[in-house]
Amino acid sequence: MNARNRELLGLLPASLLIVAGFGAVFLQEQTQLDNLSLTYGAIFLGLCFAAHLIIRVRLPDADPYLLPIIAVLTSIGLVVIYRLNETLARDQAQWFVAGLIAFAATIILLRDYRVLERYRYLIAAASIALLLLPRIPGIGQQANGAYLGISLGPLSFQPAEFAKIGIIIFLASYLRDTRALLVSRKRFGITLPPLKHIGPLLLVWGLAMLMLVFIRDLGSSLMFFGGFLAMLYVATDRLIFPVVGFGLFGIGAWFFATTVGHVGDRVSAWQHPFDPKLYEQIGGSYQIAQSLFAQADGGLWGEGFGQALISVGDSPILPAAQTDLIYAVIVNELGLIGGIALLLVYVLLIERGFRVAVLARDSFSKLLATGLTTVVALQVFVIVGGVTKVIPLTGVTLPFVSYGGSSIVANFVIVALLLLISDRARREARR
Amino acid sequence: MNKPIIRVFVVLLVLFGLLAYFTTRWTVIDRAELQDNPQNKRELLAQQRIARGSIEAANGTVLARSIRRSGGTYARRYPQNGLFAQTVGYSFLNPGTAGLERFYNGQLTGRTAGLEGTLRKLQGKRQQGNDLETALDPQAQQIAIDQLAGRAGAVVALDPSSGRVKVLASVPSYDPNVLRSAKQTARLNSAPGAPLLNRTTAGLYPPGSTFKVVTAVAAIDSGLYEPTSLVNGDNGVEISGVPLNNDGRQSFGEVDLTTALTQSVNTVWAQVGERVGKRRMSRYMQQFGFGSPVPVDLPADERLASGLYCSPDGNRRLVSPTNSCVDIGRASIGQDKLLATPLQMAMVASAVANRGILMRPAIATRTIDPEGRTAYEKTPQRFSRVMSAASAEKLTAMMQRVVQEGTGTAAALAGIDVAGKTGTAERDVINNIAQPWFIAFAPASDPQIAIAVTIEKTVGGFGGTDAAPIAKAVMESLLR
Repeated sequence: MNARNRELLGLLPASLLIVAGFGAVFLQEQTQLDNLSLTYGAIFLGLCFAAHLIIRVRLPDADPYLLPIIAVLTSIGLVVIYRLNETLARDQAQWFVAGLIAFAATIILLRDYRVLERYRYLIAAASIALLLLPRIPGIGQQANGAYLGISLGPLSFQPAEFAKIGIIIFLASYLRDTRALLVSRKRFGITLPPLKHIGPLLLVWGLAMLMLVFIRDLGSSLMFFGGFLAMLYVATDRLIFPVVGFGLFGIGAWFFATTVGHVGDRVSAWQHPFDPKLYEQIGGSYQIAQSLFAQADGGLWGEGFGQALISVGDSPILPAAQTDLIYAVIVNELGLIGGIALLLVYVLLIERGFRVAVLARDSFSKLLATGLTTVVALQVFVIVGGVTKVIPLTGVTLPFVSYGGSSIVANFVIVALLLLISDRARREARR
Repeated sequence: MNKPIIRVFVVLLVLFGLLAYFTTRWTVIDRAELQDNPQNKRELLAQQRIARGSIEAANGTVLARSIRRSGGTYARRYPQNGLFAQTVGYSFLNPGTAGLERFYNGQLTGRTAGLEGTLRKLQGKRQQGNDLETALDPQAQQIAIDQLAGRAGAVVALDPSSGRVKVLASVPSYDPNVLRSAKQTARLNSAPGAPLLNRTTAGLYPPGSTFKVVTAVAAIDSGLYEPTSLVNGDNGVEISGVPLNNDGRQSFGEVDLTTALTQSVNTVWAQVGERVGKRRMSRYMQQFGFGSPVPVDLPADERLASGLYCSPDGNRRLVSPTNSCVDIGRASIGQDKLLATPLQMAMVASAVANRGILMRPAIATRTIDPEGRTAYEKTPQRFSRVMSAASAEKLTAMMQRVVQEGTGTAAALAGIDVAGKTGTAERDVINNIAQPWFIAFAPASDPQIAIAVTIEKTVGGFGGTDAAPIAKAVMESLLR
């Protein structure tokens, strides 16, 4: 069976999942099973089929599992959001369509993704500008102390979601050029690159620190910086870079945790979620404590789909259930089994991403695939880790699952890029 | 470059393993701890979304119901206010639950287990509570409260043949509707007279001479005595080496047991108790229910055990009647270290009334699901056989005499034979403060009702003059 037929077959389980999921929600909320769930499943299958056709025509050799995997994740997200709030789910379905359009546009317009290298400084500058946009008075929005969103008229989006793609493209291109130079000199027995070349790297570190200060979001900066260090390590094969990098990041994070109130609050809420004072405090540990309580109620098998206690009357119990805490909702309803299953789907996605990186022939493609995959993986780690108290909770989305337009669109573009890289890699490998 | 790529993948796998481990920790390893966390109100909050079933009296009077509030939540209301406050209890987010509301929480919230619960969920039905039907009688309860007239005390009435409880009056009472406010809850918690305390099941009092019924049962059922057996009823007979006084220091000479019960002769019953002995007394007390928390469908922390309380190390605790700290002669006349709940004393009357068989007291009769079917039925249950039917008959005759010509004449009902026993426990001899008691059942030929009445403190009062009239009024209402 060729790659495209395997992909087509892989879409079937995703469609069955969405039919079953909506069926379960309808059973919860109405007295009878509505065949609307079949309609939703059919529409979903149709949209995925359209994406599949585009890949079939333009990227016949691309990885056959990426599209089915993100179809599964998106359908889980749509069903859980639908169960939380019908209106939000309708929005999310529209964003899913917008994401598919962005996905198709990337594949069609970017026949040869290596042209991106030509515009790397422009891309880098645009990305940094995007990152700082939320601090511009008038269009910037503050949520829970972090500046992540901007609003332009009726539209609001999170520029960081798009900036992360641009910065990874820039870094892949920059590191491709300088990787040989970075490891060329050794002083005192350790690799010490010339300042000229290490400068831009320090700039990235500075950028991550700037994000801590300006955007005030520990999660996003950890995600960016982790992705950067992974690419640096892959480019140089020197462990010293990520070790020093994490050390510097740790120092910076500690400094800001002790000086910037908002970051410090998050850290103490993480350390003592049940401290009565922090629990009562606005923006304190209430959210993380409720997340843990909700997961405890889930147990091994979960309370059942649609059973989660999200709010009493008009007062929410689980704040931001459809974005930050969506993993807690899933664990509450589907239990440990459901949570682990979801993590395994992400592991499959990451495995496919790194396979693309391994198969790619040129350094730019390898670095780009590594960076994109690592950033998605770290985003999952930052939010699931926050919700499960591995690290302090910060508000990033769970890729493809959480409610949020920017996140869906940006992540679809990431997968489109991975498909572009894999198509070239597998075609060249076949020759 | 492939080796470092795979290493990055491995590092990410480790991070995901960490996520899986932490998820396991919260859902399985630390689950119970998180669910018991005082800040975790999820279960209580979830219950606010359930239409709890109502609680109803035997005649259909609604004692507790849920009203719908905006946003799909429900709040509890108690239309009878303080009438059955301590028994019905309450269910609010803040003070939590108590009484029947707590004991039958599962039924009232409709937490249907097993196949039926799954089926209901599959049909998409909202969880809805079952209604709770009780045997409680609001009219008799109101009369009991009126008769206590603000004096702290308790009245218990039940059907001896089924154990169904009709009256559980505890004064002072409170209005459970005010517990919605945290301030009022705090005020009630420290209010004088402890209105939140259910005196019928958790009030421990010296039972006085009403306990002589237990001694008489032990004496006659064991075959050691007959109602006609003669015992020296002189004042000042030495019991455990100390002379014991009769009421008014009266000497009765040689009297039979019927007369000794009718006139409540202390010295006779103390000697009988000593001869019956600790072992036999202990066995009969156990059969009556002494020694373990009074068996009724209320939460465990609202029920206390009647029996002998010694404090060898300064801490009062329940001991067996065979314990060396017990003066069995004085315990046999309801003094010494003997304490009992009003419900326990009603059970004593009930066992005699029901031809020697003690039925387990029960407030609820059944629960009804939202479709009107019986969800759970509380069928009458036997607690123990305390004595033979023949012994019960002899005791009935003796207790009838108490009401006909003895200390309990104030409980006599026109045209109905009442069997009873008075009691007056000394609480403060210097200030002449005593606790009057009366236990009874009626009609003696076919008992429909067994009752226990006590008033915590009266100045110069007696069981026959203060408690018996209350019993009479309540029985009249119940037998009408």
